Amino acid sequence: MDHLDKLEAQSVYILREAYREFKQLVMLWSIGKDSTVLLWLTRKAFFGHVPLPLLHIDTQYKIPEMIEYRDRLAKQWKLNMIFGRNDQALSARYTFPDGKCTRLQCCAALKSEALKHTLSGEWPRWVLDHRTGQYVKTTGGEPFTGVIVGARADEEGSRSKERYFSPRDRHSDWDVSNQPPELWNQFKTDFAPGTHVRIHPLLDWTELNVWEYIERESIPMVSLYFDQGTGQRYRSLGCWPCTKPVQSTSKNVREIIEELRSGKFANLAERSGRDQDKEDGYGLETLRREGYM
Amino acid sequence: MDIVVIGHVDHGKSTLVGRLLADTGSLPEGKLEQVKQACRRNAKPFEYAFLLDALKDEQAQGITIDSARCFFHTAKREYIIIDAPGHIEFLKNMISGAARAEAGLLVIDVAEGVRENSRRHGYLMSMLGIRQIAVCVNKMDLMGYREEAFAAVRDEYGQFLAKIGLEPLAFIPISAREGDNVAHRGEGVPPSNRGQDARDTKATMASPRMAWYAGPTVLDLLDTLQKEPAPVDKPLRLPVQDVYKFTEQGDGRRIVAGRIVTGRLHVGDEVVFLPSAKRSRIQSVEAFPFSTHREAPAGESTGVTLQTQVYVKPGELMVKAGEPQPCSSTKLEANLFWLSPNPMVMGRRYKLKLHAARAAAYLTAVHTIINASNLTTVANRRQIERHDVAHVTLETLKPVTCDPAVEIPQTGRFVIIDEFEIAGGGVILSAEQASNTLVLEHVRQRNQAWVRSRISPRERAARHNQRPALVVICGPQGGDMESLGRAVEEHLHHSGRLAYYLGLSNQLLGLNADLNVLGGREEFLRRLGETAHLFTDAGLIVITTIADLDDFELETLDTLNRPGALVVINVGEVQLSRRQPDLVLDKVDPGALSALHALLQQKQYIQDYQI
Repeated sequence: MDHLDKLEAQSVYILREAYREFKQLVMLWSIGKDSTVLLWLTRKAFFGHVPLPLLHIDTQYKIPEMIEYRDRLAKQWKLNMIFGRNDQALSARYTFPDGKCTRLQCCAALKSEALKHTLSGEWPRWVLDHRTGQYVKTTGGEPFTGVIVGARADEEGSRSKERYFSPRDRHSDWDVSNQPPELWNQFKTDFAPGTHVRIHPLLDWTELNVWEYIERESIPMVSLYFDQGTGQRYRSLGCWPCTKPVQSTSKNVREIIEELRSGKFANLAERSGRDQDKEDGYGLETLRREGYM
Repeated sequence: MDIVVIGHVDHGKSTLVGRLLADTGSLPEGKLEQVKQACRRNAKPFEYAFLLDALKDEQAQGITIDSARCFFHTAKREYIIIDAPGHIEFLKNMISGAARAEAGLLVIDVAEGVRENSRRHGYLMSMLGIRQIAVCVNKMDLMGYREEAFAAVRDEYGQFLAKIGLEPLAFIPISAREGDNVAHRGEGVPPSNRGQDARDTKATMASPRMAWYAGPTVLDLLDTLQKEPAPVDKPLRLPVQDVYKFTEQGDGRRIVAGRIVTGRLHVGDEVVFLPSAKRSRIQSVEAFPFSTHREAPAGESTGVTLQTQVYVKPGELMVKAGEPQPCSSTKLEANLFWLSPNPMVMGRRYKLKLHAARAAAYLTAVHTIINASNLTTVANRRQIERHDVAHVTLETLKPVTCDPAVEIPQTGRFVIIDEFEIAGGGVILSAEQASNTLVLEHVRQRNQAWVRSRISPRERAARHNQRPALVVICGPQGGDMESLGRAVEEHLHHSGRLAYYLGLSNQLLGLNADLNVLGGREEFLRRLGETAHLFTDAGLIVITTIADLDDFELETLDTLNRPGALVVINVGEVQLSRRQPDLVLDKVDPGALSALHALLQQKQYIQDYQI
């Protein structure tokens, strides 16, 4: 078994533990490369099936290609696809692009708040109806108790301290200085009513591992990651007002891998194109303590 | 390769890792400058540790709270370095970090010398099964780089490690702050100045400040660590994580899924599932998108289909017939460490997780408590306090299958859950081939103390014109067992018998309303068995339904209900292998009731004078 085989085996093991232990399980699919790899690993774990719903938090500021790609794959792979959003903030135009709040506040409202209330079932969920191809608004859903997320330890300091199974309290808060022990592949799968557990099958993967795996498995990726002739591409995907493309002429997966291994990005952090991380020294930790993915 | 860095608080673990990352050029561009800038902004002196202690609280308090994973690579291979906290308060975080490592770097401050957690961490490493350890004697700069200071720590700690059976690969004198013997020898000689063959030159060149030391640097040492080979040559052990059947998606395969922890499996292998002892052969090795392989080795998360449809439950251990077998037992002797602030006590019900198995467990004996920081032992204690290491006996309500940890660590290690949290962990020393130890002992004591009525069972039977029995209707989920149970109750009642249907939903609402909190099918069955015992003692025919009942559960019910009699009716596929059901029905149909009636009559629980 090579390094990718081992990473795959561990991630599949974690996904199966999650599926075994959590009755109300959901996977967050951000449409980006990490969570799409996670989706592929799910099909591996369950022999071609995806026996759990996928949730996308739609800020309405996502790059349009992302939504188009999401719906195409959802239909092709017959996914149980759900999206949620913060309608209050959007209708009050309480967003950074509207000039009403800072980037971090915008993230907190459109992502963290939307996620928290969609997970709990308090806010509506829009579910894809495969017969019509349209999303149908549903209300009164059961709270999800297990939430699978594609976070990686190499992305940023607070994520390097995460557990594979990481509890969140009733308010979705992360008590980072009091995390549960995790040993010998035994995880925190017992949880008090009202709390939920975030599950991180990709914790040990690096950005390079993710691309190497995408190449090996021929996993379809949204075109935004590749240079379409403009000399620019996205390295990390998010909302268009806060995510900048990088200067790069990588046109396919192979060229991205080369660029990460020895090229200009070999030593440059992946999230350097994300402006919200820079607002205070601990941007992502602050967001993540309050429930951000 | 995963390496953990451990040691007493403030001995410089994070500084060592930070230095290693910085000096090997493994930090993202601008990261060092960014951290330095943040230090200037907050008027704090820069420390390499801040590269890892990323959390607000960690930087504010200047300690590591939680283990961090850092990625770096040498020309030889990729590493994940786990920086573990040294403060006793965060021992559980240290263990979480260390348990996944293949080797450990133990850091000791030469000025402070060997401290409590230097020893405790060393002891726990040996318990966690980590055999490759190197000791970094840090802060040599504070002692003027003198060899005697280094030698004193080396001798003292070497003796301690020898006592617990660990032989370190090396003792390395370092200064993490100044960079001596971390990634290179001298002070701040950048790798680029050392020419093309930096690696070779470095190996022969002594540190300018510690000319007396000729051993490896930390970086050299990492590359000499041995990767543990995948345990493919051991007997097959595949803990069954789950059994999948995606019938609704038009997929007829029944796939037994799990990760092979040791050995390998091939199509055609005869396999045994333990503890149920069911047997079958492997028909196929499944995979997505293509099933191309006919075998799978240790380490793989795989799935297999079987030639015959045996009913297997998650938590069983799949092994090969003809290979050394594990032990199935309800009584385990183990060493465990306790992490929870609430002590581990006798008489309290815990949850044991061992490979894919879960079982209710009780602490039934504490043999000795070991103080891991000085190796003294205490006997005659009744409970285990936080951070204690103890030699104990645990007993489970249902048997679990395991190996002694020295033989197969993956199936010999467990954790204990208390109040939703992993509260401790341990390694199995031995398990006696025994079953139902707790229940048998309980029933022995109960029946001894039970004040039996002066009305004899015979008198009751004569009055009620029936012999009491517990009628268990079992079979796969969804077999409409409940309607049969109710029909039997009505039928018996209308023919003048004393019968009662003990419905599952009523039990969950009543006697077992607290089980949502306590959790556990085992506890539910225990109460059902005790209730049935009361009812049969009173002379009733009591009927109940249980889906997916296995042999051990049935044995437990039978034991608890004794001296009451037991009748087993199976609807649909038979999931029992040790005890033949008294009656097997394909489905619940109008004939079911008369078949059951005939059985009760034939076994003389009821006598029908009308015929």
